[in-house]
Amino acid sequence: MQYRNTIRRDHFAGARAILPLVVAVIPVGAVFGAVAVGTGLSIAEAVLMSALVFAGGSQFVAMDIWTHPASWSGIGFAALLVNLRHLLMGASIAGKMQQFGPLQRLAAMPFLADELWAMSEIRARSEMGLSPAWYVGMVLPFYAAWVASTLAGAMIGNVLGDPAVIGLDFAFPAVFIVLVTGFWRGRRTGAVVAASALSALLVHQLADGVWYIVVGAGAGLACAAVGPDGEEGETA
Amino acid sequence: MTIASSTLAVILAMSAATLMTRFGGLLLARFVTRGRTKRMLEAIPPAVLTAVVTPTALATGMAETVACAATVVAARRLSLLPSVLIGIVCVATLRAAGL
Repeated sequence: MQYRNTIRRDHFAGARAILPLVVAVIPVGAVFGAVAVGTGLSIAEAVLMSALVFAGGSQFVAMDIWTHPASWSGIGFAALLVNLRHLLMGASIAGKMQQFGPLQRLAAMPFLADELWAMSEIRARSEMGLSPAWYVGMVLPFYAAWVASTLAGAMIGNVLGDPAVIGLDFAFPAVFIVLVTGFWRGRRTGAVVAASALSALLVHQLADGVWYIVVGAGAGLACAAVGPDGEEGETA
Repeated sequence: MTIASSTLAVILAMSAATLMTRFGGLLLARFVTRGRTKRMLEAIPPAVLTAVVTPTALATGMAETVACAATVVAARRLSLLPSVLIGIVCVATLRAAGL
């Protein structure tokens, strides 16, 4: 009984933690649905993409480079490139899933969208730690909101207007900024952030597409690799 | 309400690519235990987040740049939700003002 109560409490805690981001993702999903139908996808295709890909950034990129008929290799490669960061996110969160069994860990990975990963990193740093029940409680409403808002947007089209007018598009950059400050560990982090920001900005100006994410993240990691040894315990 | 086979192929290719990146993290984590690789692992969250957000912060417009700065200042004292709200209100106000 005690055990069941703990699971329930964690479900609710996860759902409560993700609620603001659920609210923020609904207009984004609706815009995606509207853009997809405007690009020439059927309603069913738009919803299927949100359900099976579940990675907003790569879905918008796909709409950007869509052709008729669409090239599965070109768009598939673009999705790989946009989502390469998930490789790093997964590696980072995998080490914090001590409460997960091997199968639970496998089952958790397909749902590691940016926002869910970010909230998981925060939870893993709390004294409660990241539990499977909390993770499920967080994933379900967010995933449901993403797919349902895609359906709504695809059906009603672009009558919502532009979310940029009320600043909702800024919710995710703002979340990421707050998280970077949360991961701050002094000068070493400062060097990583500076290397990542400078190279991302440079590549963003010089090259099309999403190479700036790959190069920026890589520069930050390279900076961490060449940094001085020691202080190992402090940063753990 | 139809699904064209060419579109289905694209969706499946995107799905496979995304799943590769998400499962790949589990494999990557196995090689990382201590020393330099551990330092790099700890640098992943700030490095990735910074790379994603930098063009918005520095190469989109004045409203976004100021709002990002406001969010950083807010995050030093406040928790996630109020900081994000401050950022959103800030960007909406500045855009309405025509910046």
